Amino acid sequence: MKVLAIDTSNAALGVALVEGSVVKGEILTNIKKDHSTRLMPAVQLLLENCQVTPQELDLIVVAKGPGSYTGVRIGVTVAKTLAWSLNIPIVGVSSLEVLAANGHYFNGLICPLFDARRGQIYTGLYRYHGNQLECVESDRIVLSSGWAQWLREKQEPVLFLGGDVALHQDILTGVLGSLAVFGPPALQLPRPSELAFLGMNRTSEDVHSFVPNYVRLAEAEVNWLARQKEQESHGN
Amino acid sequence: MNKDVYVLGIETSCDETAAAIVKNGKEIMANVVASQIESHKRFGGVVPEVASRHHVEQITLVIEKAMHEANLSFAELDAIAVTQGPGLVGALLIGVNAAKALAFAHQLPLVAVHHIAGHIYANRLVTEMKFPLLALVVSGGHTELVYMKEHGSFEVIGETRDDAAGEAYDKVARALRLPYPGGPHIDRLAHEGRATLDLPRAWLEDGSYDFSFSGLKSAVINTLHNAEQRGETIEIQDMAASFQESVIDVLVTKTIKAAQEYHVRQVLLAGGVAANRGLRTALEQKMAELQEVELVIPPLSLCTDNAAMIAAAGTILFAHGKRSELSLNADPGLELE
Ligand SMILES: [Zn+2]
Repeated sequence: MKVLAIDTSNAALGVALVEGSVVKGEILTNIKKDHSTRLMPAVQLLLENCQVTPQELDLIVVAKGPGSYTGVRIGVTVAKTLAWSLNIPIVGVSSLEVLAANGHYFNGLICPLFDARRGQIYTGLYRYHGNQLECVESDRIVLSSGWAQWLREKQEPVLFLGGDVALHQDILTGVLGSLAVFGPPALQLPRPSELAFLGMNRTSEDVHSFVPNYVRLAEAEVNWLARQKEQESHGN
Repeated sequence: MNKDVYVLGIETSCDETAAAIVKNGKEIMANVVASQIESHKRFGGVVPEVASRHHVEQITLVIEKAMHEANLSFAELDAIAVTQGPGLVGALLIGVNAAKALAFAHQLPLVAVHHIAGHIYANRLVTEMKFPLLALVVSGGHTELVYMKEHGSFEVIGETRDDAAGEAYDKVARALRLPYPGGPHIDRLAHEGRATLDLPRAWLEDGSYDFSFSGLKSAVINTLHNAEQRGETIEIQDMAASFQESVIDVLVTKTIKAAQEYHVRQVLLAGGVAANRGLRTALEQKMAELQEVELVIPPLSLCTDNAAMIAAAGTILFAHGKRSELSLNADPGLELE
């Protein structure tokens, strides 16, 4: 089974080709340069080097967010177009879960995070049971300070993962002290091969209705809903 | 020998997700448009983030529908044409990336198309183009006069320096408290009223084919405001008629003048504002006075944003050897050249 994995949901751009239990190839860059120009050339280079044609692919796995709205849309658009036109299944995996997968062998909670500006982070909580990564707390957007307080209650070591961890490191160590553990740089980037393995045994989704998990509504939608609510309360 | 050429077009520059298949640059095999207008009406205009989200929801559905209607497989296509710009960047990105994925998956040539070139080539789906020609492109995002001496050659001889005509319509409609999109409402009201109000016409420098509508828009708002201050009422129909007359006067006069100066054989009207009855009528009347110049106005479905026009323009560019790489990016400020 040949799996193509695509992740452009945050600063890193990653594509991987996994066949069965073997990582055939992986391209991973972390240079905050526009994903739109580089994603398809990366996919092309990867498949050419691995001597695999698009028609030989069996599954597309994509990181579906949270992350940059534009970034995640690029990955999802390419993934769903490839899956649909090649007539193969598509699986979406949380971008945070991909990052959490780097925490193999860590005995404690794994907390992946992406900066969401104004002191906020996209985060969730995961834990390995043997080889199996499990989600303990679902993905969300929170203030890193409040999240750190809440984690402290758990009285367990927490491994923080993600390229944006440095932005919140002072807050996290300030609250959690020695319970806060930070991975080395190589583990701070989401690995597209981990994405492929995470998606490989999941039930596929309907390709046409497949969309990113933005976590947040568009700002205009939020304002519109607030106005609707206001009008309703005035109407009564 | 002369094999038929089938091009798939994809267009997502604003609030329509569209895919179409055109045969030999002239014959529509399928033309699918998923409009988001109902969603954006809630906000009184197109919200870029919301538009991008809708495009992701619709993109594969729309392409699938087009392929089914044309009854073609990817192996039977000759090229994929996609709008590269101008437009909303987040929206353009969906079409561009979908097109690149398809081109890669099925080893098909990729051709980037300028949105305005698309609008102009919508005419080729109606009648053969006769060169040299002049195209007046008027929409919510554009007001341009484009001269073409031959296929694939575009010279912008005039463009708006501020608001597009369609944008001015929407802003004036808002000032008149008409629902979005305001253009059709103003057109309708204009026919019920009389152009009794004195509004400016921006002719700009002598010999310029450029346009400017922001002064006119401000004049409308000031006139309404002043009347309100004095406790006078302005009939909304008369304001609509006066505004529309001013816009059309400038558009038609400059188009006729350019048609004469450039000795064109054809004048094409393109873009969503081509639906405006006032503009159509005025252009038809004035054009009738010109000798041996044909006026072409495509049906409304080809004037508003669609992908058949992108496929039609892409077919010509493809024949001229234009190819795009997989590194193709959306360009919201793309120049027509
Ligand atoms: Zn347009």
